[in-house]
Amino acid sequence: MATCPHLPSRREALTGSGALFAWTQFPKLARAEGRDPRMLVIVLRGALDGLGAVAPVGDPDWISLRGDRALVLDGPTPALPLDSYFALNAAMPNLHRLYKAQQATIVHATATPYRERSHFDGQDVLESGFPQPGTVDTGWLNRALLAMASGGRVDPRGGRAVAVGPVTPLVVRGQAPVMSWAPPQILPASDDTQARLLDLYHRTDPRLAKALESRIRLVALGRAGGMDGVPSNVAQLPPPGIARVRAYFAEAAGTAARYLARADGPRVGAMGFVGWDTHINEGAASGQLANLLGALDGALAAIETNMGDSWRETVVAVITEFGRTARINGTDGTDHGTGTVALLAGGALQGGRIIADWPGLKVAELHEGRDLKATIDLRAVLKGLLRDHLRVEEAALGSTVFPGSTNVAPTAGLVG
Amino acid sequence: MAESAKAVAALALHRFGMGPREGSIAAIASDPRGALLAELDKPGVGQVAAPGLAGSAMAFRKVADANAERQAKRIVAAKVQKEAAMAAEGNQQPDNDMASRAAAEAVPDPGRQIYLNEARVRIDAALAAESGFAERLVWFWSNHFCVSADKIQSMSGAYEREAIRPNILGRFTDLLQAVESHPCMLFYLDQAASMGPNSIAGINRTRGLNENLAREILELHTLGVRTVYTQDDIISFAKVLTGWTFLPAGDNPEHGGEFSFNRRLHEPGPQTVVGKVYEDIGVEQGRTVLRDLAVHEATAKHIATKLVRHFVADEPSPAVVDKLAATFRDTGGDLREVTKALVSAPEAWIFASRKLKRPSEWVISMVRAAGTTADPARFTAGQATLGEPLWRPPSPRGYADDEATWIDGVGQRLDIANIFAERIAGSIDPRLIIETVLASTITPETQQAVARAETRQQALALLFMSAEFQRR
Repeated sequence: MATCPHLPSRREALTGSGALFAWTQFPKLARAEGRDPRMLVIVLRGALDGLGAVAPVGDPDWISLRGDRALVLDGPTPALPLDSYFALNAAMPNLHRLYKAQQATIVHATATPYRERSHFDGQDVLESGFPQPGTVDTGWLNRALLAMASGGRVDPRGGRAVAVGPVTPLVVRGQAPVMSWAPPQILPASDDTQARLLDLYHRTDPRLAKALESRIRLVALGRAGGMDGVPSNVAQLPPPGIARVRAYFAEAAGTAARYLARADGPRVGAMGFVGWDTHINEGAASGQLANLLGALDGALAAIETNMGDSWRETVVAVITEFGRTARINGTDGTDHGTGTVALLAGGALQGGRIIADWPGLKVAELHEGRDLKATIDLRAVLKGLLRDHLRVEEAALGSTVFPGSTNVAPTAGLVG
Repeated sequence: MAESAKAVAALALHRFGMGPREGSIAAIASDPRGALLAELDKPGVGQVAAPGLAGSAMAFRKVADANAERQAKRIVAAKVQKEAAMAAEGNQQPDNDMASRAAAEAVPDPGRQIYLNEARVRIDAALAAESGFAERLVWFWSNHFCVSADKIQSMSGAYEREAIRPNILGRFTDLLQAVESHPCMLFYLDQAASMGPNSIAGINRTRGLNENLAREILELHTLGVRTVYTQDDIISFAKVLTGWTFLPAGDNPEHGGEFSFNRRLHEPGPQTVVGKVYEDIGVEQGRTVLRDLAVHEATAKHIATKLVRHFVADEPSPAVVDKLAATFRDTGGDLREVTKALVSAPEAWIFASRKLKRPSEWVISMVRAAGTTADPARFTAGQATLGEPLWRPPSPRGYADDEATWIDGVGQRLDIANIFAERIAGSIDPRLIIETVLASTITPETQQAVARAETRQQALALLFMSAEFQRR
């Protein structure tokens, strides 16, 4: 059996099975304009409590809604002010710094068109880009790349990407070639064995051939130079618990950034982080959610660092399937809800802004009397990024990328 | 023996079993379907002898006791540290991490060892089984009703032995009752602490209702998502289930960790769930709802679809699903009859469009083919590397049963196959394994690739990675 440098345990195994990324070709039209944009989508699986991440401290009903679980600007761990109305969980100092530098934008009270409360259906809508769950097995990011291809704008060499991961996020699955990577935990088979197996697959099983081919390309890309941290440092794991989660988030995100930063690397990627389903003991300024937000903050910092100069051409979009109940539930947590936040970071943004059409927190203003109402369609934000950053045609965005969304106008002016 | 008969036997073992062992293709080739069905009729089918393994409640108490002891040691150690720091005139901050480490060293966590012991029992059962059909059913139902050791390590293995194994060929309603009232499930899906807003405890406390278990029973365990229930049904059902909890560990050395219905937590009054009013008759209120859900039309369809998707095809043929759903309905959810209907359907024996084995299925079939044993720590680490860590699914939905989820892990499979091949290459001839596990189903291409391999290790790695062995 496998000899592993460590035995994955507790949350690390959780994140291990959920966290990886995949990506594909170059946005060619943007390149024709002299730009070389990068986009990374991070899916937070389990439903992020948007109110616990970015609190409406200026809303008169905020304190009465959450009581001593409400983030506030005073107290032992003050939230970080964003504007006169909103404040960021103190676990995210990096995001706060980026926001102050106009390199982060927060969209609040947003959601996909999905209005039920199943994680799995919610993630399906979030990642497939279709208004109904269970419709297709492809993701909007992949179809956006296809849309660029259909305009003849794609790198004719095809897939630049590779897979070394057990689970590819739906958002990037589809016909456009994808490669994926996950932290390798064991010594790989030799090149010769790989080549023989690939040859065998080519003659017996095209689907397995395609999957193996992707992984071989990624390994080759990793070896091509500048990627030294990738295969060697995985045995150096910090102690268990949240420290390991932090390390995992940072390593996975940081490695994604190293690939994206390369001149010959991919330009679009996606990855998932799990663990956001805070039904019990969610905490507020400290505790479970704050720990996870801190790990996410560290991942953003790792991306910024590893992108180097390319950070100014980068957008990272952090999205989740839906929000959580506005009130705390019976077990000091929150149950599945509706409206939440989307966090955008990157040097390409026209940032330092909160984008929100605040619905209010009074019972009558809550969705079904329990959830933060969604007043911004998340698809508008994503369409805005795809159109203005990657230069996907607007017609395709409303038809093939986010079908049935022609009435959802792309949010303008997100990137600078 | 006709070659085609061997091919059907190999298909039976890969698709419905744990994979062929030496001699098993020949042993069942005269009647592969009959051999699968015969395994279901063996006395004690699905059960395992687990001498020395604690039941879930005792395992829970062991871990809880160790945690309490460690906590006590940590407090003492922190106090000593603090006093030392004060003696040094406050120049040093007390080192809480050091106190935690010292306590952890003094009282090791028994949970990890319990988990590995349980894993060993499960792995050994899969390796020892004739065809392995019954064990595959255990794995299927355990995944359908999954829990996670990430949340409740102490009970996750015993849960499978206690709630799943005795019921895989009984009535679905009995399986459902056993699962939903098991303390491990009650803990995993946050039911144990849920209390009715108007219950005795709920009136006096700030804590209250938790919807998690009620939602997942309806969405994942019985009716299926987007069927006949609403958010209101979830809330009502959650209220019905209040009081379903287990006895705490600390003050109950005899029964801590055992199921208990706590009337003080139970929401009083009737509740309406999926169009039917259920009077408040205590724990029986919940049991009655479960009984009705267990035989619901939507449940029959949901279970039939999942069984066919797991065993036969990512895209289940509606004809077979309808057949199984009808059997489920007609027999009141008799899982033995439903399972027989699956194996009896001609569509379940089509060679084309074979499924990609899940990582766990692939790894176990590799070990069976080689005729070796498996070390539980290595085995579970291997499964984790492949994205399917044992009893640690990423969500209550369990692991997916489709190719798209797993095919990108082929690179990791190659690494695992390579290492396994290295370990066994000294003692095992690849040509024998070809005969053992693939018989006449091997393609000339794979035969040639194995024959031309540079080393035995490479030959074995290629064989285990071949499409014929990856698919079932």
